[in-house]
Amino acid sequence: MSTHNAQKPLTSFLTWGLPDAAALRRMGALARAELTLLLRNRTALFVSLLMPAALIGLSYTASDQLDLAGTGLSRGEAVMTGGIGMVLIMVLYLGLIPTYVARREERVLKRLRTGELTDGEIMTATALPAAVLALVQCVLLVAGGIAVLDAAVPKNAAVLLLGLLLGTAVLAAAAAATATFTKTVESAQITGMPLLMISVMGSGLYFPLDILPDNLADICRFLPLTPAVDLVRAGWLGGIDASDQLRAMAVGVAWIAASVFAVRRWFRWEPRH
Amino acid sequence: MDTMIEVSALRRRYGGSGQDGYEAVRGVDFSVGQGEIFALLGTNGAGKTSTVEVLEGLAAPTAGEVRVLGRDPFKERAQVRPHTGIMLQEAGFSNDLTVAETARMWAGCTGRPAPVSEVLGTVRLNERADVRVKQLSGGERRRLDLALALTTRPRVLFLDEPTTGMDPQARQDTWQVVRRLREDGVTILLTTHYLEEAEALADRLAIMHRGRITVMGTPAEVMAAHPARIRFRLPEGLDPAWLPLPGPVDVFDGNVEAQTGNLQQSLTDLLLWAREAGVELPGLDARSASLEQVFLAMAEEAA
Repeated sequence: MSTHNAQKPLTSFLTWGLPDAAALRRMGALARAELTLLLRNRTALFVSLLMPAALIGLSYTASDQLDLAGTGLSRGEAVMTGGIGMVLIMVLYLGLIPTYVARREERVLKRLRTGELTDGEIMTATALPAAVLALVQCVLLVAGGIAVLDAAVPKNAAVLLLGLLLGTAVLAAAAAATATFTKTVESAQITGMPLLMISVMGSGLYFPLDILPDNLADICRFLPLTPAVDLVRAGWLGGIDASDQLRAMAVGVAWIAASVFAVRRWFRWEPRH
Repeated sequence: MDTMIEVSALRRRYGGSGQDGYEAVRGVDFSVGQGEIFALLGTNGAGKTSTVEVLEGLAAPTAGEVRVLGRDPFKERAQVRPHTGIMLQEAGFSNDLTVAETARMWAGCTGRPAPVSEVLGTVRLNERADVRVKQLSGGERRRLDLALALTTRPRVLFLDEPTTGMDPQARQDTWQVVRRLREDGVTILLTTHYLEEAEALADRLAIMHRGRITVMGTPAEVMAAHPARIRFRLPEGLDPAWLPLPGPVDVFDGNVEAQTGNLQQSLTDLLLWAREAGVELPGLDARSASLEQVFLAMAEEAA
């Protein structure tokens, strides 16, 4: 019997152990199948590609009502940071919940667990196509914002990218956690609402939290998507110090940890009988 | 013969240890040697699936020990899984993938996979490779299930109700595949509710009832423990008391049914007597117990 992939020490509670080459190959195969399914699902593809564009167009038109004095943001920048948040929520979070639920109800997850994939690999690989689709749209948004909407060139692209990746991880994990209490594909539209609403209102999608009263702003900094939005905005406009950056990362990682804990504790891998 | 599967004092409990908990498996022991086909039979709720899930490494035992290929299938999943194949009763497919895409995905998730064309060929699905899974018949889906379970070229294969939904021809074909795998030295644990399937395939079998194994042995041993049956229509004017039959004799509506632990002896006695007495026994029928009868007898005892 081979021992080449002997059990790794539990490197971390968060990542289920860092993936080795064999794990990456397995996840690649599953992600490829998921991508094929996404491309064949016209409705999901339509929602993922057109809704964000339509929404951003709409919010740009509406943004001339917005009083941005004192925020340091141009109209384009305000719309774009909000747009990035909306893309992550709509394409990744709201797109992924029904995917997880569908794979459970079709008993595909049950089959995947009979093979060599670990639970973490199954969840990660299933999220990959939606995550990549969301990230590509975000990059297009940044490019489009600079080219068309007279937004400034990002001051610190690394921080912006860090924000994007953090937001992706937070929302993918949140989608899996939301799927734990989502019974059908249809009800995913409802169970995904709370986080959507909270993020739109409190995570600074369209205005910096600085313009809120201090107490409220402090609470809002602990919402799941706030750290990602803060980092994206800071990466674009500058003006974040190392301690703020660190705090944002800590809050984001805490949300990922909480979601992973919820999934490991409560996620059902097959439908209820 | 190397022991490939070993189960000792296995217990599995759902829910808490209190009143609301339920113990589905209550102390099960058996082992399966290399190249053997072992069948686990039982009515619904007997504890078959609860037992097999532990062997497959999908669940941890509540108590007792389980070894597959000498290892703990749950704790040492990463070492055991590359050498096992698991065909669940109710695993699903993504309906919008084709047969080939599904098999390719599964091969990609397998460390050292057999080629896709080989596993699809084994279950004769090669001509259906480009068909979407949703267009397959129930029997074809089961064959695809089997093909995926063979992707690891398993040393131990778990088959949970493998021929459910198949027509008789497809069932025979699948049996043929299973027999060939045994010839290649694959160890197979089969659960089924088709008794003829267990009779046709199993080297040994166990019947589970309420979480325990009540009968275990080769099909011949299990059937030998149950009486054979002789039947015929009662010739007119014959007093059943004259019949040289051992044990209980039932006469109902002109039909005689007798049970015997030694079919050959009882039948010889009966036929010699009939020749001497010049009696014809219309509709004479003698047979060993079938697994079906063993099973029904057990179910009756249980009721």
